[in-house]
Amino acid sequence: MTSSLLFNITTFAYLISMLAFFVFLASRTKVLGSAAMIVAYGGLLAQTFAIALRWKESYDMGVGHAPLSNLYESVVFFSWTIVLIYALLDIKYKYRVIGAFVMPFALLGMAWAQLGLNTGIEPLVPALQSNWLLYHVVTCFLGYAAFAVACGISIMYLIKAGCEESADKQSDTGLLTMFPPIRVLDDLNYRSIMVGFPLLTLGIITGAAWANYAWGTYWSWDPKETWSLIVWFVYAAFLHARITKGWVGKRAAWLSIIGFAATIFCYLGVNLFLSGLHSYGK
Amino acid sequence: MTTPKKDVLRSLWDAFCSLKLTMFLLISLAVISIIGTVIPQGTPAEEYLATIGPAKISLYKALGFFDMYHSWWFILLLYLLTVNLVACSIKRLPHIWKIITQPVTVMEDGLERSLTNVATIKNSNDPVQLKEQITAFLETEFAEPVVTETGGTLHFFAQKNPWCRLSVYFVHLSVIVIFIGALVGSLFGFKGYVNILEGESISKIMLRSGKELDLGYTLRLEQFSMATYSNGAPKEFKSILTVLENGKPVPGYANARVIVNDPLTYKGITFYQSSYGDASEYLFTATDLDGKNPVSLTVGGQSSAKLPDGSSMCLLESTPDIAPYSPGLSGPAANVEIHKTDGTSERFVVYANHPELNIEHAKNHGKGPVLHYKGGEKHMYTGLQVAKDPGVGIVWLGCFLMVIGVYTAFFMSHRRIWVRIQNGSVTVGGNASKNQGAFQLAFESLVGRLKTDLNKENK
Ligand code: HEM
Repeated sequence: MTSSLLFNITTFAYLISMLAFFVFLASRTKVLGSAAMIVAYGGLLAQTFAIALRWKESYDMGVGHAPLSNLYESVVFFSWTIVLIYALLDIKYKYRVIGAFVMPFALLGMAWAQLGLNTGIEPLVPALQSNWLLYHVVTCFLGYAAFAVACGISIMYLIKAGCEESADKQSDTGLLTMFPPIRVLDDLNYRSIMVGFPLLTLGIITGAAWANYAWGTYWSWDPKETWSLIVWFVYAAFLHARITKGWVGKRAAWLSIIGFAATIFCYLGVNLFLSGLHSYGK
Repeated sequence: MTTPKKDVLRSLWDAFCSLKLTMFLLISLAVISIIGTVIPQGTPAEEYLATIGPAKISLYKALGFFDMYHSWWFILLLYLLTVNLVACSIKRLPHIWKIITQPVTVMEDGLERSLTNVATIKNSNDPVQLKEQITAFLETEFAEPVVTETGGTLHFFAQKNPWCRLSVYFVHLSVIVIFIGALVGSLFGFKGYVNILEGESISKIMLRSGKELDLGYTLRLEQFSMATYSNGAPKEFKSILTVLENGKPVPGYANARVIVNDPLTYKGITFYQSSYGDASEYLFTATDLDGKNPVSLTVGGQSSAKLPDGSSMCLLESTPDIAPYSPGLSGPAANVEIHKTDGTSERFVVYANHPELNIEHAKNHGKGPVLHYKGGEKHMYTGLQVAKDPGVGIVWLGCFLMVIGVYTAFFMSHRRIWVRIQNGSVTVGGNASKNQGAFQLAFESLVGRLKTDLNKENK
């Protein structure tokens, strides 16, 4: 058994889970929802083993390090954290439909990683040889994952709120009755961000601590740092939106979606579009 | 009496206390910060400036776009945020403080109507016994109650975590603490860099501002080395440094190892491995075929030298002794590459102890100059970032406050329970500052247990 085979199984499980969630949404067959969730749990388990195995494989190759060192490994880890956070949400609140809006993010990550990225295990370059790497990456990605879940929930909120507004009762067919009430969606959105925001805060702080330790500057307005701060500002705005008149409901849902878009840009966009303009000393 | 002036002050104060301003500032900061991630900051590269043209360059310069995070308008936004934060806190804190220090211990009708969690239990126990029962129940199941008696009615009040209402203010305070730390760092700290050649010492460094700074001691680079993985990727950059005071090595700071992610700190100044380079020097002489017109040449490890005929020479590798590679020969030798003016190039070995081979090579390849190798020395230099920041501790304190504050703000809540005994019925009311759903469940379970408790004792 290799980690690479297990990652393929994971990807397949997430695909099946997502499709089952879609059919569940359309058919309202309860059993399908549970089946989709079980497959997702199976995938999560396989992925957990795969990550641990890859960790061990890197030691067998003599370049041992946590599997968080390049784009492939981080995308895989991101996808793992998304399913993990969603699983926790499911255990606590049991709103199955949310899976139809969250599993696509996890599948997208795994499919891209397995098909489009270089999967080789590489040795760590000097800049990454630090324990801070683990603390920093784990906190950031758990935060990102909570934001991904919040984004999925916000999309559901906007769809449901939009349909309820267009008084045309005929149009809100079966699909929407499956959704939790918008009040609940709003609350779940807030709860996910309540998990994500402290983690992002910790992620930025551990990043700053690491930068200070390794380079002597805790903040240098590097594009990646700046974008993480932008994400933080957006979610800080979201938290205050809830206690500001005129900012609750749809606007808050939009803030959550914009926040996740900024998160993705911070994670991928900065490397794809802005690198080369500015990079760390060495 | 309100004068117009007071009205202006009043509305200014209200503006600074408003959460709409907070939303505006947070979103503006998020959007404006994007500029500096798209436009390079600091001293932009020539190639970049060439792509945007002179009109944009002067516009960007005037707007401060090349150093936007230190521009007056960005700093102004941060100040506005701070003022907004402080004003909001000043406005709300007294009210919160009152909730914490002067709790409402009696549930009147008005309060009861404002509560979402209220339950009534019928009970005809003896009032004195009931009082004891409820006091004991609250003590074990929730928190120690305060009992008040007004006109024959008994009131109980118990609360948990009242202080967690302050956590939001700690979060806000932490933002200000971090700003103070940053300010201290920029006023009393510095950032700079220094390059040191192997075997040489420095006691001055270059600051980012372009000024020189005297360290007050001396730093010597004993050795720089670099290791690679088998696939050629870099594995380690290592400088061996010695700190000297009055020419003598400081105990504990001799031959200190500095690698990426593991700096050296001495007297509050920290040195970080940041870059490196080759400063080796190799000496050659070029002469005509007959040995006339000798010209001395120095080639660096990473540079090239011009030969008298206009071609350029660079060094590929060198050795202090050629014997192991070419049996029968001895002494230093260098493998060089010559780029001729006609665009062709050639590679060959130049010797120190075998001038006849050098001449022979030149004769076989046209009339070009004869090269003789004089030997050289391999020298690396290390590039260190140098920093001192006395504000860092304050920044970490702020970060610590923020993390603790955010967690308590989100995951703890101030929970209050009121109980009233009146005319044989026990009324329970409850309120939580956060997470109403979870509190409702806890409240229902508490009331359930109280019910069984009272009935049990009744029997
Ligand atoms: C312009 C600056 C800011 C102002 C004026 C402001 C104001 C406020 C106010 C009035 C509250 C409500 C307090 C209450 O419920 O009694 C609040 C809550 C909060 N603020 Fe701020 N704030 C600012 C910036 C920030 C920033 C930068 C953060 C970043 C961490 C932050 C984090 C929070 C949190 C976590 C809460 C609690 C929200 C909740 O309970 O859902 N604030 N803020």
